[in-house]
Amino acid sequence: MNLLRITLKSARFRKVSLLLTVLSIAISVVLLLGVDKTRKEAKSSFLNTISETDLIVGARSGPTNLLLYSVFHIGNATNNISWETYESIAAKDEIAWTVPISLGDSHRGFRVMGTTPDYFEYYRYRDKQPLTFDSGERFDDTYEAVVGSDVARDLSYKVGDEIIISHGLVSADFANHEDKPFKVVGILKKTGTPVDRTTIVSLAGLEAIHIDWQSGARSGVKLDAEQALQFDLTPKSITAFMVGLENKALTFRVQRDINEFENEPMSAIIPGATLAEFWRTISAVEQILLIISGFVLLTGLLGMLTTILSTLNERRREIAVLRSIGARAIHVMVLIMLETLLVVIAGCITGVAMLYGLLALGRPIIARRFGVDLGLSWLDPTQQLIIIAVILGAVLVGLIPGFIAYRRSIQDGISLKV
Amino acid sequence: MNSKSQTVIKLDQLKFRWPNQIADTIEIDELQLEAGEHLFVRGASGSGKTTLLNLLAGIHKPTNGKVELLGQNLASLSVSQRDQFRADHMGVVFQQFNLLPYLTTLENVTLSCAFSKRKQLRASESSEVITTAKNLLSGLNLSEELHKAPVSELSVGQQQRVAVARALIGRPEIVIADEPTSALDADNRDRFLDLLFQEVDAQACTLIFVSHDPQIAKRFERSIELTGKRELEGVL
Repeated sequence: MNLLRITLKSARFRKVSLLLTVLSIAISVVLLLGVDKTRKEAKSSFLNTISETDLIVGARSGPTNLLLYSVFHIGNATNNISWETYESIAAKDEIAWTVPISLGDSHRGFRVMGTTPDYFEYYRYRDKQPLTFDSGERFDDTYEAVVGSDVARDLSYKVGDEIIISHGLVSADFANHEDKPFKVVGILKKTGTPVDRTTIVSLAGLEAIHIDWQSGARSGVKLDAEQALQFDLTPKSITAFMVGLENKALTFRVQRDINEFENEPMSAIIPGATLAEFWRTISAVEQILLIISGFVLLTGLLGMLTTILSTLNERRREIAVLRSIGARAIHVMVLIMLETLLVVIAGCITGVAMLYGLLALGRPIIARRFGVDLGLSWLDPTQQLIIIAVILGAVLVGLIPGFIAYRRSIQDGISLKV
Repeated sequence: MNSKSQTVIKLDQLKFRWPNQIADTIEIDELQLEAGEHLFVRGASGSGKTTLLNLLAGIHKPTNGKVELLGQNLASLSVSQRDQFRADHMGVVFQQFNLLPYLTTLENVTLSCAFSKRKQLRASESSEVITTAKNLLSGLNLSEELHKAPVSELSVGQQQRVAVARALIGRPEIVIADEPTSALDADNRDRFLDLLFQEVDAQACTLIFVSHDPQIAKRFERSIELTGKRELEGVL
């Protein structure tokens, strides 16, 4: 019978306290790996808020500001781009497609974005996914709207409902475009991007509701919805536009050309690069999360130390018996350390199993609520490193009771103190 | 095997004093035991019994003099060599709680062979180790159905007999029994002693039996007394 078998049998004899220790290690491991996985998913989800779009162009401003208002719908554009400028850039040979967007109005707290049906064609997010519809379809009429999944959920909208757009970003009764209601024709599936909180209408629709407005207030002339359609509803300006290039290698050249455009000051950003830059400024949060889970692990290891130290007293007799039949003090130390190792390995295995169990259970819920599909991919190198660090940490911690048992078994010898 | 005339235990001018103490705990001028001899060591608690056992087991080193077992001076061995010597040539029976509670009766007995190749070999000379262990247990009146039982199901008397089987497996030259009967009533004590002597004699072991019970002393041909004054009083 070797030491490992003795350890296993001895551990089985004290299984309740050891199982609790295994559980506390397992929970630390779940937290550590869970935080690591979440922060990676959050990062990749953030960095892929918009993909496949090579450039975003807006009036001249800092890249982060442009990114924030055009993609995240946070804050406002400093200025607009004239429709002529947009058209002249869209006509360039290097440019495969453009999607104009126009922001500024809201609907019950959610942003309203005017664009063309091409938006549904070209907007891509995580893993190059296109927008898909939960129900309904794209708009193709002036007074039709597509709503994001959060909008539909929070306001209980379904296809066919009528909505009123408010002028500006503050919902106030006096600034409603109640004379020109929109019909919901489509509800988007959850994406986990700002699109979820957006109401999307056509550029012409936005133009129509503002046709009898001047500088932010109603003009004297009133035109109803039908009458407005008689006018040319081509917008005079837009907030920004998304650009797809024929050849990605030209990205920097086209970016420079746009930045140096003579007729109108504009900025073009590469969304991926700006997203990554922006992420760096907010990544302190993930560090804090990691530090917290590190402390959770430390607590788990200290809990294990406490348990094993407290078993040393009840095992004193067992150790003396082993010594009397010839076990060396070093055997005793190995015995205690094997137990620590056993507990932590069992804890890691349980923790990983719990993590994947939780992931498998939570995956559909998270996909529905946050639009993030957590893959069940195997532990990546960092996570494997975390496991190895946990085990090494436990071995170091196990040295303490191991050494105490070693010293004590030399002092006690084969005598048993009752 | 050792011949009858071989000196198994030889203590010479043995003195042991704990650090920071003014008197010797153990002081034995001379003691010699031949193979198969039984020695009764009598002493109240605090008289140095435990210290003597730890000296014989090679756990403590004498302050003065020497302990020679089977012609080997323990002091000349390293710590791990002494541990190995104990594993190979000794069997120990304690007062109580001799057994590991998470092992079965049989596993407790064969555990002795885990730390000693010599015992392992000697226990498997005529049959497998398991069979040898079973025979020993049966010889000590422990029936077959108890062999696979967890030791917690055994009575104290049965546990003490299992401890004897564990001490005897692999035919060690020396068996040390430290108050093995103190947890037993008089009837059980006598039956235990009968079986102990029977098995120890069958293997021609040298037995050192420590107890404070003077009634047991009658059954031994030799006895020494450890007193509070730490003097060697009488031989025989």
